[in-house]
Amino acid sequence: MVLGIIGRKLGMTQIFQDDGTLIPVTVVEAGPCPIIQKKIKEKDGYNALQLGFMKKKESKTNKPLLGHFKKAGKGAYYYLKEFRVDNVDDFEVGKEITIDIFKPGDYVDVTGTSKGRGFTGVMKRYGFKGAKASHGTHEYFRHGGSIGAAAYPAHVFKGQKMPGHMGNAKVTVLNLKVIDVRPEKNLIIVKGAIPGHINGIVTLTPTSRKKRATAKG
Amino acid sequence: MNILEQIEKEQMRLDLPEFSPGDTVRVHFRIVEGEKERIQVFEGVVIRKRKGRVRSTFTVRKVSYGIGVERIFPTYSPRIEKIEVISRGRVRRAKLYYLRKLRGKAARIREKR
Repeated sequence: MVLGIIGRKLGMTQIFQDDGTLIPVTVVEAGPCPIIQKKIKEKDGYNALQLGFMKKKESKTNKPLLGHFKKAGKGAYYYLKEFRVDNVDDFEVGKEITIDIFKPGDYVDVTGTSKGRGFTGVMKRYGFKGAKASHGTHEYFRHGGSIGAAAYPAHVFKGQKMPGHMGNAKVTVLNLKVIDVRPEKNLIIVKGAIPGHINGIVTLTPTSRKKRATAKG
Repeated sequence: MNILEQIEKEQMRLDLPEFSPGDTVRVHFRIVEGEKERIQVFEGVVIRKRKGRVRSTFTVRKVSYGIGVERIFPTYSPRIEKIEVISRGRVRRAKLYYLRKLRGKAARIREKR
C-alpha cells in the first residue's frame, strides 16, 4: 500500500538523540487530510485517493470546486493532491488520513517545490569555477567559458549547461528517517532537510528505497 | 515559529548552573570509547556563548602544555554530566577572542568581587 500525506514545512532545528548526538531535523505539520475523492481504475483509468489539506472557508471557494468538496462532505480545503493506492476499496470518502500512518523509525520520501532562484549564472546553477580574477581577465569573472568547438561539430550540443532558471521545481528527497511523530499536534519530525521554503507545501510518502532503509535498521 | 520554539525548549536542561564569558568552568563530559563510557573533565575559560535555545553552544579555552586548546560544547547536550563554575571573571566584552593572542600573565582574567 502506498499512501502519503500532505504537510506544511515549519522549519528546521536540531534534536539530541538518546546517545547524545545532535542531529538536524525538519518539522512538518501534516494532516489531517480527508479523502475528497476516490479515483477508480474502471472510471478514471487508475486507482488513487485525492486528499485535501488546510481547511478554508466555503465562502472563499468557487462554486465548481465547492460542488466537488460537497461530495465528500468535509468542508473545503486549500490544497488537493492525489496519491496512488492499489486497494482503493479499503478507504472511504470523507475519512481522515492522519499522521499516524508513519511512526518513528520509518523512512519517508518528501516531495516539495524548491526555493526559486530566478535566472542564475552557471556558477550558482551548476557549480562552475568561473574565470581567473587576475592575469588580465576582463569582464569574464563568472562566465562559463567555451560552449563548444568550431567547424566540427559546428553546433552546440544539446544539454550544454548554460545560465537559466534555477529552483521553483518539484524536488523529491529520498529516504529520510522519521525521528518523531506527534499525533496530538499533527507534527512529524524527519531527519535532514526537505525542499522548499518555510510554510511550503510538501507531500510525505513511505520511501521507495525500502531495501536501504531496512539495511540501516 | 511557535511550534519550533516549543520543540526546542522541551530539550533544554534546567539543571546547569549559570555562567558567562570570562568564567572559569570545569565541564564533565561523557565520552564513549568503543564499549566503555568515561567522563572527561575539561577546565578552562569560557570565551564565547552562542544563544539559540537548544542550539546554544559555548566554547571553553585552556592552555595545555603551552598549546591553546578550545572546545565547543552544545550547552544542553545530555552528554554533559555537570558543569562546575570555579571562578567568575570580570570582563568587558562578550566574546573573548583577544585571549588567543595573549599568553602567560597577560592572559589572566580579573576575578569578580
